[in-house]
Amino acid sequence: MPLDPMQLEPAFWPFLIATVVKMLVVFTLYMVVVAYSTLAERKVSAWIQDRHGPNRVGPWGLFQVLADGVKNFVKEESMPGDVNRPTFLLAPAIAFTMALTAWAVIPFGAPLPTPWGKIDLIVADAPIGVLYPLAITSLGVYGIVLAGWSSNNKYSLLGGLRASAQMVSYEVAMGLSVVAVLLLMGNVSLPQVVALQAAGGWNVVLLSVAAFVFMVSAFAETNRVPFDMAEAESELIAGYHSEYSAMKFSMFFIAEYANMLTASAMFATLFLGGWDIPFTDWDTTGPATVAKALATFAIFAAKIGAFMLFFIWIRWTLPRFRYDQLMSLGWKFMLPVALAYIVIVSTGMLLLDIAGVTRGSGAYLLAFLGLNVVLMGLLFVILDRGRLISPASSRLDRARVDRLRAVAAGRSSIAAGEVR
Amino acid sequence: MDNTFHPLFYSFHFYLFGLIAVASALLFVTRKSPVAAALWLVNVMFCLAALYLMLDAQFIGAIQVLVYAGAIMVVFLFVVMLLNLGHPSELADIRGSGGRLAAGAVGLALLAEVAVLTRARFPAQLTPKAAAALAQVEQPGGVIAPIADSLFREHLLAFELTSILLLTAIAGAVVLGRKRGATDAR
Repeated sequence: MPLDPMQLEPAFWPFLIATVVKMLVVFTLYMVVVAYSTLAERKVSAWIQDRHGPNRVGPWGLFQVLADGVKNFVKEESMPGDVNRPTFLLAPAIAFTMALTAWAVIPFGAPLPTPWGKIDLIVADAPIGVLYPLAITSLGVYGIVLAGWSSNNKYSLLGGLRASAQMVSYEVAMGLSVVAVLLLMGNVSLPQVVALQAAGGWNVVLLSVAAFVFMVSAFAETNRVPFDMAEAESELIAGYHSEYSAMKFSMFFIAEYANMLTASAMFATLFLGGWDIPFTDWDTTGPATVAKALATFAIFAAKIGAFMLFFIWIRWTLPRFRYDQLMSLGWKFMLPVALAYIVIVSTGMLLLDIAGVTRGSGAYLLAFLGLNVVLMGLLFVILDRGRLISPASSRLDRARVDRLRAVAAGRSSIAAGEVR
Repeated sequence: MDNTFHPLFYSFHFYLFGLIAVASALLFVTRKSPVAAALWLVNVMFCLAALYLMLDAQFIGAIQVLVYAGAIMVVFLFVVMLLNLGHPSELADIRGSGGRLAAGAVGLALLAEVAVLTRARFPAQLTPKAAAALAQVEQPGGVIAPIADSLFREHLLAFELTSILLLTAIAGAVVLGRKRGATDAR
């Protein structure tokens, strides 16, 4: 095999230095992006509600983020009297750290050639890959639960309890939806997942149902609307962070946006082809160049940005779920769907293998595409149960309208326990 | 990245995580506040995960964090908070000093048993050389395939029996969790 210096892995010291530099760069970029996503949230919410949003500090309100940061640093930190001090202080740190740490294994660009060797644009290429962010983000719930408990406030405690039950429930669905990806990819390493998607089509079209379950679970895992039960302000004041002030309060917000970013990056990597530029082979074949590294990083950032926008858009569009609705959606719908999907995907793979269709060939992709179109159709018909989609496309018959009115009249007496 | 074995690096981290794990375990059994105890137990799990990583059992390490620290302990905390056992100072230890002595004696007996059973191999396993030999064994097929191989070929029956056991436990929990005589309104 000819020795190409661009193909060699760098030696120990360059590797160490490169890793430290990557950590610093990723951390800095991450914090800046997190700060600006708070501005994005306020701007997008303003557009959705026909307002201006922050527009006083700097041009177009761009320095609002700095003003908020300074404000949070110089504000008085209040410490309520009856809190459990160690856990009260630990909670924001846990929430923030876990969101940040999960980023380590996500590949964010094509390899960058340097005079000292080829450098992969990923902080740590851990062999367990996709399991690492799942494990780390599963610890993020401690931040919320401990904040709720240590505040010694019944609303905070309720928020913490809701968060723990909700996040554990949706973690199951999320993990099972990832299993379908691992089955098709045959690999847990995230760079491999990206490479296979670049070669054989994105998972969002091959495994649409898994993508849907992952997306819904991501909303629940990040405690975003419509699953923001932990801080439902109309019921729990501000939920788990009612007692926090100044920078400690701000840490929870940083953690929320950091979690959104991590979830977006995971979705982009697992289902949207990671840093792969669609409809071209230019980025994945041939020797590594600086242009390729920059272009792939830009496309990865664009994918994350699109998903962040989706997060924000949903928040200002949908109302909050009731708690029992959230639980029954998680356990009675998402979990069975994810489980059944694993069985269907593995059966499909086995049948295609028996039929002699090779992995990554056109027929293989078409078969999975067709399967998913059918399954997504079925899924939404069942999920909708004739409530939104079919009434929107056709007229309801008279008897059905009367039946619905009767149900509505019966419900107006707020019968306890009656859900539908 | 070079995969050569660094004895100093290995030993340092082994003893670091080992000491943290033992210290956290001691704190876990001595704390009176149930939430504090649960948190120290989480710390123990985390250190164990780190030790698994050092043994090249990365999958087990990740699952340790994901399942034990991330799910089971969260449910523990959930129950502890839901029961709200009151202020730690009000919680008296229900056992007297005789019970404590007996518990300590049992613990020492178990420790002695472990020491006797592993006497021949105990020091050898801790030396970096033996660990180096272990670390050098390259497993083909990534980090999950070897586990799946032994789980679904050699131990398939045990695996399936375990899953039936767990399923039975879940069914039992559901039956016990339902109110007696209550019909399912939903």
